[in-house]
Amino acid sequence: MTHRAWCLPTGIFMSTPDRGAEPAEHEEGEEFARPRSRLPDNLRRDQPLVPVDTVAGRALVVVIAILTFLAALSAGGALMAARASEQWRGAVANEMTIQVRPDPRRNIEADLARAVELARAVPSVAEVRAMPRDESDRLLEPWLGAGLDLIELPVPRLIVLRLNASVANDLVAFSQTLRREVPSATLDDHRLWVRRLSTMANTIIVAGVGVVMLVLVAAALAVAFATRGAMAGSRDSVEVLHLVGADDEFIAREFQNRFITLGLRGGGAGGFAAVIVIALLGWLASAWSATPEADQLQAMFGAFEIGWSGYGVVILVAAIVAAIAGLVSRVTVRHYLRAMS
Amino acid sequence: MVRFENVGLRYGMGPEVLKDINFSIAPRSFQYLTGPSGAGKTTLIRLILMALKPTRGLVHLFGQDVSRLEATTLTDFRRKMGVVFQDFRLLDHLTVYENVALPLRVLGKEEAGYRAEVVELLRWVGLGERMHAVPSVLSGGEKQRAAIARALISRPQLLLADEPTGNVDPGLGRRLLRLFMELQTLGTAVVIATHDLALMELYDAPRLVLADGHLHVDA
Repeated sequence: MTHRAWCLPTGIFMSTPDRGAEPAEHEEGEEFARPRSRLPDNLRRDQPLVPVDTVAGRALVVVIAILTFLAALSAGGALMAARASEQWRGAVANEMTIQVRPDPRRNIEADLARAVELARAVPSVAEVRAMPRDESDRLLEPWLGAGLDLIELPVPRLIVLRLNASVANDLVAFSQTLRREVPSATLDDHRLWVRRLSTMANTIIVAGVGVVMLVLVAAALAVAFATRGAMAGSRDSVEVLHLVGADDEFIAREFQNRFITLGLRGGGAGGFAAVIVIALLGWLASAWSATPEADQLQAMFGAFEIGWSGYGVVILVAAIVAAIAGLVSRVTVRHYLRAMS
Repeated sequence: MVRFENVGLRYGMGPEVLKDINFSIAPRSFQYLTGPSGAGKTTLIRLILMALKPTRGLVHLFGQDVSRLEATTLTDFRRKMGVVFQDFRLLDHLTVYENVALPLRVLGKEEAGYRAEVVELLRWVGLGERMHAVPSVLSGGEKQRAAIARALISRPQLLLADEPTGNVDPGLGRRLLRLFMELQTLGTAVVIATHDLALMELYDAPRLVLADGHLHVDA
């Protein structure tokens, strides 16, 4: 340990009546080459120079926690919509349907067989399945009810085509051939539905990202106001720090550390709450998985889970909130100190 | 070390509170800054500390005109000065040890490097058993000594003490004065702001006397 010795008379305060005056350990004028007693191990409490655990600090932690919770939920929701959209697109894009409409001038069964034959000749088509009549009728049951005799109704027949993973360009030619050979048949590649679902999913994603951005801006503003309040409340401390030799960089760093701590506390609490809520909703969704409502929800939103990457995004949002808290407080303090000087 | 030439100060559009101040402080010197309450002693100390900017005149610190100083140089100059405030200005949420170590901490020094030195100084000023206490539980005399220890810990070239005996009994006041005299012999220039005539009679030193905003040197 290197320290300069105090070559001063130690007896000056010996007879002071104040508490804490301790017996002289040295003779007057003796140089303190080394302290005689062992130094306490817990001298420093690592107390920040700017007080952290204030009422305003605790309030800011709660505000940051709520904002992080909302931002994390929004990010999780956007991620879930993105995953569901991906699942829809994957499922729908690999499937096509040939619809053969009844025509009194034509034999629908012959048209159906011809369309199946044409479809099987296309390399991009991996599987062709003509839907039986009773199965086609069952598709109408949700709208028309069960137990009806649909024999008199001109119900179209459907052929489901499962496509290869790598779709070639032969589908356009197939569509034209089908229209020419079987005029009552149309090829539906579900593009309209994919486009609509994608638009809806993208809207949800953009809204989610927008909410996250707004929440981050709100968090930044809350921290900026809290920093200004803390600076105003610590004006005396700041002046003392200046006068004992602290530069603006040091003071800004102290405030930044304080607000990063608050941001981490709030962001951690909010992010943790969001993870719990998402996990709880996932658990509830799996518990209700046998019900029709859950099936519909799952069809709409996919599986109610965000995966490890989703939890990573939630943690990232919390970390970004903490980083914003530190950065905004630093900028605010520098601006405030410039104004002070 | 410090030189004021025709320095004046006014707050806003008000009258000048300090007028045509001329004086200098030599290295290793000892002087009193005196005058009645409200004469501007604290204001003059704040001018030396560069916590206030004069409205006119020239202030030279450590051989440089302070009006042309960069912010970093300003900080360097402040690190050469120790100050004992009239109201101590200890940070209430820090312990006595942490308050005294503050000038070293702001320099970015490692705590292990200055721990022994701070403890030693605290023992020397009689606060060895109070180093864990926060200022709110200290007596006036203990706060005074903690403030003095904080001013001394970085071995300043210039010590400015604003009414350092204003809150202590005469006996402790005499001991404090003796301490400042010892510091001067160790090479620190000392300025004691006081209106305590009895204290000034204990040790004869030049007096910077402030009255009606003007300053004259009573050698």
